[in-house]
Amino acid sequence: MSKLLIVSPSPHVHSDDSTQKIMYRVVLAMIPALAWSVFVFGLDALRVTIIAVLACLAFEFLIQKYLIKVKPTVTDGSALITGILLAFNVPSNIPWWIIVIGSLAAIGIGKLSFGGLGHNIFNPALVGRVFMLISFPVQMTSWPVNRQSGIDAVTSATPLGIIKEGISNGTPISEISQSLPSTFELFWGGIGGSLGEISAVLLVIGGLYMLYKKVITWHIPVSILATVGVIAGIFWMVNPAIYINPLYHILTGGLMLGAIFMATDMVSSPMNPKGQVIYGVGIGVITISIRLFGAYPEGISFAILIMNAVTPLINYYVKPVRFGGK
Amino acid sequence: MLKTFKLGGVHPPENKLSADKEIQVLPLPKSVFIPVAQHIGAPATPTVKRGDEVKVGQVIAKSSSFVSTNIHSSVSGKVKKVDFSEDSSGYPKQGVFIDVAGDEWIDEIDRSEELAREFDIDGAEIIKKIQEAGIVGLGGATFPTHVKLVPPKGMKAEVLLINGVECEPYLTSDHRLMLEKADEILVGIQLLMKALNVEKAVIGIENNKPNAIQLLSEKTKNYKGILVQPLKVKYPQGGEKQLIKAVTGKEVPSGGLPIAVGAVVSNVGTAFAVYEAVQKNKPLFERVVTITGKGVSQPSNFKVRIGTSTSELVESAGGLPESTGKVISGGPMMGRAIASLEVPVTKGTSGILIMKEEESKRKDYIACIRCSRCVSVCPMGLEPYLLMTLSQKQIFDRAENDRVMDCIECGSCSYTCPSDRPLLDYIRFGKGKVGQIIRSKKK
Ligand code: SF4
Ligand code: SF4
Repeated sequence: MSKLLIVSPSPHVHSDDSTQKIMYRVVLAMIPALAWSVFVFGLDALRVTIIAVLACLAFEFLIQKYLIKVKPTVTDGSALITGILLAFNVPSNIPWWIIVIGSLAAIGIGKLSFGGLGHNIFNPALVGRVFMLISFPVQMTSWPVNRQSGIDAVTSATPLGIIKEGISNGTPISEISQSLPSTFELFWGGIGGSLGEISAVLLVIGGLYMLYKKVITWHIPVSILATVGVIAGIFWMVNPAIYINPLYHILTGGLMLGAIFMATDMVSSPMNPKGQVIYGVGIGVITISIRLFGAYPEGISFAILIMNAVTPLINYYVKPVRFGGK
Repeated sequence: MLKTFKLGGVHPPENKLSADKEIQVLPLPKSVFIPVAQHIGAPATPTVKRGDEVKVGQVIAKSSSFVSTNIHSSVSGKVKKVDFSEDSSGYPKQGVFIDVAGDEWIDEIDRSEELAREFDIDGAEIIKKIQEAGIVGLGGATFPTHVKLVPPKGMKAEVLLINGVECEPYLTSDHRLMLEKADEILVGIQLLMKALNVEKAVIGIENNKPNAIQLLSEKTKNYKGILVQPLKVKYPQGGEKQLIKAVTGKEVPSGGLPIAVGAVVSNVGTAFAVYEAVQKNKPLFERVVTITGKGVSQPSNFKVRIGTSTSELVESAGGLPESTGKVISGGPMMGRAIASLEVPVTKGTSGILIMKEEESKRKDYIACIRCSRCVSVCPMGLEPYLLMTLSQKQIFDRAENDRVMDCIECGSCSYTCPSDRPLLDYIRFGKGKVGQIIRSKKK
């Protein structure tokens, strides 16, 4: 016989899905929220996003090529996601050099120092965000006004910031509420805040797309949102004078962004449904605890990072449902 | 109502190219090579030598222990030699080479095509006939059927499950057999029920074969205790454990046999062979083989004498296409790639799949992105990504604790991984090692 046959072990067929396709589906899911941020914050939002994306891609390429000397993997789409998520987590008026530093922290510390894609314990974008938050607290927390909200001011506080401030001054919720946007405004995105966190409905649309495309499962987002809702609800029912209603908690402060796009990062979240629910509940509990009792008005980023750190432990102890029982 | 198994599973493109091709009889080969080990268990011992004249159906190698089977000549002619040659495993195996002359069958075989429905024979005799006829699981597992029919002490079969699932893409031999030999299969099932002393049998068929479901549902009305259960298409539903789960809802415990939940599983092809053995005195020396592939000019189903070389089959289907990269014995998910077309068709050969060069190459794999898809498709509830790492790093005690031995090697994990990681390659290695460790501990 003239021709040599290829011999390799089974299976001999492969699904046509690829890691790259999954990554680009995530990017696609973020487009609606991104477009909305450009609409309400103007070209500033676009500027921030482009800088973050370019910086992340550049750092990934340069560090891989010249520092650790491996074949760069910039085209796999993961650095692109990190860039967009990073932009989603900052105000649109942030100076460009802070974004660059944040990108370096995200890619360099958050991702490549662990060994690159698939090996990082923490969500790289969150590492970058927390790095910026701690290093540049002022710039990270002065948000420009939402052009769609009709408020005439240069900067605005986020709803959660207003509540925290008000409560520490002893103002009752009923009075604070007057300076808060309505729940409806939160829902469609008429509030101030970081680029990607302002429109709950568009984040949910992105999430539904990812669910439909099987990029994520419901377990993580639903368990986070439900936990926050239930705990916030209990406090609100006990004392509505100092606690705002649970829906408000769910719709504000990047909870949607965190629950749908950050906590679901495959690399840093648990590997089976049981583990994912534990992880989600953990994030929910920590988030609401920080919001209600902590020094920061917002807690989702820290909560996700803490649960990222617990994920290897969850994977070790929480096993999938086995066929044939124990 | 459609049933299926719950945990995991994938749905690769079905590509049943030869589903509407009637079974044809392959012309007699000029020579055959019949290996003496075509089953799980001890190889049979050759009883013929060079120069012996043999007839079709004559025993040429005798079963050497309980878990073993007889091997019969599939042709008439002269024994050329008893020697070693490569089978589908790629290793040289002992077997009998016969030069074909004429087509003379032993007298005992009833060669009429007439349906023999009635039987008056007890269970023990049925089992004896099955054992003598050299029948093994024809779905590809090749476990000796008579062994399955004798449950271990203290265990009792309650239901016989007949596997008409054919969940492997491309393969259609069972499908065709169900359409063309429905009554014979049903009589075979009755014989198996009698042998097992069970009152109930269920034939599981995936609903991508509606004509087989319809035909058998119609026919089973005339056969007491036999039902057809349509199943939702999902791979690996033809796995014993998955089929039992789909049909009965019971899970065979880890490390256990189907009989632990009162089930015995047999393939439709096996049921047909049982019919022929008991009702027609015909030992197992031929079977239906699908020959298929996207480049193949005439995908077909052939009745083939055991020992015929793969190349004869390929010729009859229009020859080996220019574009060929890989030839697989079996289906694309669990079949074996063969290195040479001289490899003979054996009792376990359900199909020959010819893949084009561009379909044959594997892609380079990249880092695990921990997407957990391999976990969610694993029908055994394992963590393939972890088992691969543990096998790679040779941490075998943890691999054992994480149930590497439960892996049924279905390939769903490797099929699914978006990073193209060769999960099953490594898991197989780990499984082999852990198996060795377990056996050495027992000694
Ligand atoms: S090959 Fe093994 S580990 Fe992979 S999916 Fe099948 S049973 Fe699970
Ligand atoms: S499917 Fe592949 S990439 Fe995804 S977790 Fe499993 S091994 Fe990793």
